[in-house]
Amino acid sequence: MIAYLGRRVIQSVLILLGVSLITFALLYLLPADPVRQIAGRSATPETVENIRRQLGLDQPFAIQYWHYLTSLLSGDLGRSYIQRSEVTELIVSRLPASLLLMVGAILCELTIGLTMGLLAAVRRGTATDQTLMVASFVGVSAPQFVVGLLLLYVFAVRLGWFPIGGYGTWRHLVLPSLTMGILGAGWYARMMRSSMIDVLRQDYMRTARAKGLARGAIIFRHALPNAILPVVAMIGIDIGIFMGGIVVVESVFGWPGIGQLAWQAIQRVDIPIIMGVTLVSAFAIVLGNLLADTVAPFIDPRIKLR
Amino acid sequence: MKKFLTSTVAVSALALMLGMTSVRAEDAVDPNAKQGGAITITYKDDVATLDPAIGYDWQNWSMIKSLFDGLMDYEPGTTNLRPDLAESYEIAPDGKAFTFKLRHGVKFHNGREMTADDVKYSLDRVTNPKTQSPGAGFFGSIKGYDDVAAGKAEGLAGVTVVDPYTIKFELTRPDATFLHVMAINFAHVVPKEEVEKYGADFGKHPVGTGAFKLAEWTLGQRVVFERNPDYWHKGLPHLDKVSFEIGQEPIVALLRLQKGEIDIPGDGIPPAKFQEVMADPEQKARVVEGGQLHTGYITMNTTMAPFDNVKVRQAVNMAINKDRVVQLINNRAVPANQPLPPSMPGYDKEFKGYPYDVAKAKALLAEAGHPDGFDTQLFAMNTDPNPRIAQAIQQDLAAVGIKASIQSLAQANVIAAGGDKAGAPMIWSGGMAWIADFPDPSNFYGPILGCAGAVPGGWNWSWYCNKDLDAKAAEADSVVDPAKSGERAKMWSAIYGKIMEDAPWAPVFNEQRFTMKSARMGGADNLYVDPVHIPINYDNVYVTDVQ
Repeated sequence: MIAYLGRRVIQSVLILLGVSLITFALLYLLPADPVRQIAGRSATPETVENIRRQLGLDQPFAIQYWHYLTSLLSGDLGRSYIQRSEVTELIVSRLPASLLLMVGAILCELTIGLTMGLLAAVRRGTATDQTLMVASFVGVSAPQFVVGLLLLYVFAVRLGWFPIGGYGTWRHLVLPSLTMGILGAGWYARMMRSSMIDVLRQDYMRTARAKGLARGAIIFRHALPNAILPVVAMIGIDIGIFMGGIVVVESVFGWPGIGQLAWQAIQRVDIPIIMGVTLVSAFAIVLGNLLADTVAPFIDPRIKLR
Repeated sequence: MKKFLTSTVAVSALALMLGMTSVRAEDAVDPNAKQGGAITITYKDDVATLDPAIGYDWQNWSMIKSLFDGLMDYEPGTTNLRPDLAESYEIAPDGKAFTFKLRHGVKFHNGREMTADDVKYSLDRVTNPKTQSPGAGFFGSIKGYDDVAAGKAEGLAGVTVVDPYTIKFELTRPDATFLHVMAINFAHVVPKEEVEKYGADFGKHPVGTGAFKLAEWTLGQRVVFERNPDYWHKGLPHLDKVSFEIGQEPIVALLRLQKGEIDIPGDGIPPAKFQEVMADPEQKARVVEGGQLHTGYITMNTTMAPFDNVKVRQAVNMAINKDRVVQLINNRAVPANQPLPPSMPGYDKEFKGYPYDVAKAKALLAEAGHPDGFDTQLFAMNTDPNPRIAQAIQQDLAAVGIKASIQSLAQANVIAAGGDKAGAPMIWSGGMAWIADFPDPSNFYGPILGCAGAVPGGWNWSWYCNKDLDAKAAEADSVVDPAKSGERAKMWSAIYGKIMEDAPWAPVFNEQRFTMKSARMGGADNLYVDPVHIPINYDNVYVTDVQ
């Protein structure tokens, strides 16, 4: 177990290093000059060169990357080119909002997805099953941008039940969580359905039925706990999908998280922020996967760590 | 010694004789304005910085103007210069020295009085390379600038504090734009002690002399300004509070405006909703339309064949159906025939430009040796409506035989291609187009049409360099006497007329501004399309539902 963990941690660090190198190289190769973005249109060539020198962007790639890496190890993600604030400060100030959204989204997707999957499995082959599976397919395929605007229009603009974007109260959280959750709910519904069907086919289920247990007791006491665990263990892997989703959802709802920060930074070629958010996201994904893999054997004894 | 005295100086002198200190200031206040209340403005993007030496996007530009002041400013809603922190100024007859008398009793938000030392400090700071100010180059005409820019001197030798209320600038050449330069944000006055206290984070803790002071800044969510009760301009600002809500998509902002939750959508009316809004009389009544110091144009690289032939460039000018392009953007612009926008001094109303004439364009191409046209590339920014505009241009060019393939790229990539001599044969400037830093005709020349901009990484994407016109531009800018500004504007008109003969650009349109406001907003319409305050002039607007 400890050897396994040690190996995984080393792998994770290497992945993060790789991500930092690839992102840094891509941004370096970008045919856009961040200094000219900072300097603006009226800057004289000497102003441009001054700023380039100040930021150390006149150095060769290897030295720039080395500087970045050494500051990174001391926890310094640099200063934004456009906002001129510490990237760490910008990310830390926005991280709670993204985490909150993530919690909301997980609650939504589990509640909706597991219920749908359970119902579909129990009613396998019926119209209910088919309807639910079509719905889950739509949930998986619908672009979040469209879902978000649709929910916003119906529940905030027409019905007025929720505020139109923004941040602050639980009411602000509902629609963005739902938008994020609908995608995951589709996946969970399908996984839950197949997992539940698997369990229901097991011999001990037949035994339970033969014992004359009530249908409700069979499903909720015996089948559900066995079917749900492998599904829930997938949450760690979800983090990667969330990290992609928050960029869109936070922009639609004006949610002040790191997704919105990333989107603005990309548009303005604010390299230190793009680097910072990419690394933080990569870290979250690596950590999520690590947790998912480590926890899995405790939940499902059939899985062994090697 | 003969000196040019402005009429304002005479007014101020009269005011002093009468024992009044701010006659002009009180005259400027709208008598119908109500005092108090709060408004909410939304933006999609984060506010970058509120440091006047650094902030250089249209969003923070007007916010900074409300927190800080400069020696000069503009009458609200206009492009007319007037003294601001300065009470009066004098210009030496040779146009190479400017002396400003400062207003007494102006206080920073921290309570300390602003003096000439602060003005000098602010200018030394903005020109110091360590500040990384994108506006440092604006001060290039001040004596000693080169030494500061090169890191050889800490301060500008040409700026002298005569006494606490008098400051003198010596220039290396006569500069007619100098009063405008003293009005741009980069010349706004900052207190040394606060800058030193916050260092690189001064932009998050701005302290100025302006009408508002910063009350709250929650990163990524909200910036709140509150009224500066000690503002020297009596009676201003009218509002107690201005809140900027960040991270709101324009479409969401419009919905919130329609529900009465906000007052100004800072990013404007989303293009997709424009016709719907304008078709509704109730909403249309709350839209204010105004000109903008903006021109959208097609650059043709004059160093690349076949655009090195003036006839080809003139043919392109005649091939573009500008009315159709304007229709494409829901008539949110007016067709352009010259580089300067109509609201800019020096715009030539009589100038007719190149007519839309396909037959003549073909004839010119034939004369240039391209009877069957040629293949080329048109670069454009990849955000709506620019790809659509590029397609319209592509079709127009195809009609005269020019087959242009569209390179639709991110803004930074188009800028990079334009700044490379062999990078882009043609560029549609939309999304990156020139908006003047200050309302003076010279501002459309140097960086985008003069030799100084035709350098690698420059903004003169036509790579058009006419030494003769550079000399004429320098001559026009040496006409410093405000009484001769009409003469100077004529000189600039002639320069732009000559440029259009050489046709390095095909000017396409001048964008109009449309600001939408809530029903409760009050104040003259021109405050909502103020040429130097985008989207609106926060200091002078008010709300009607207070008291």
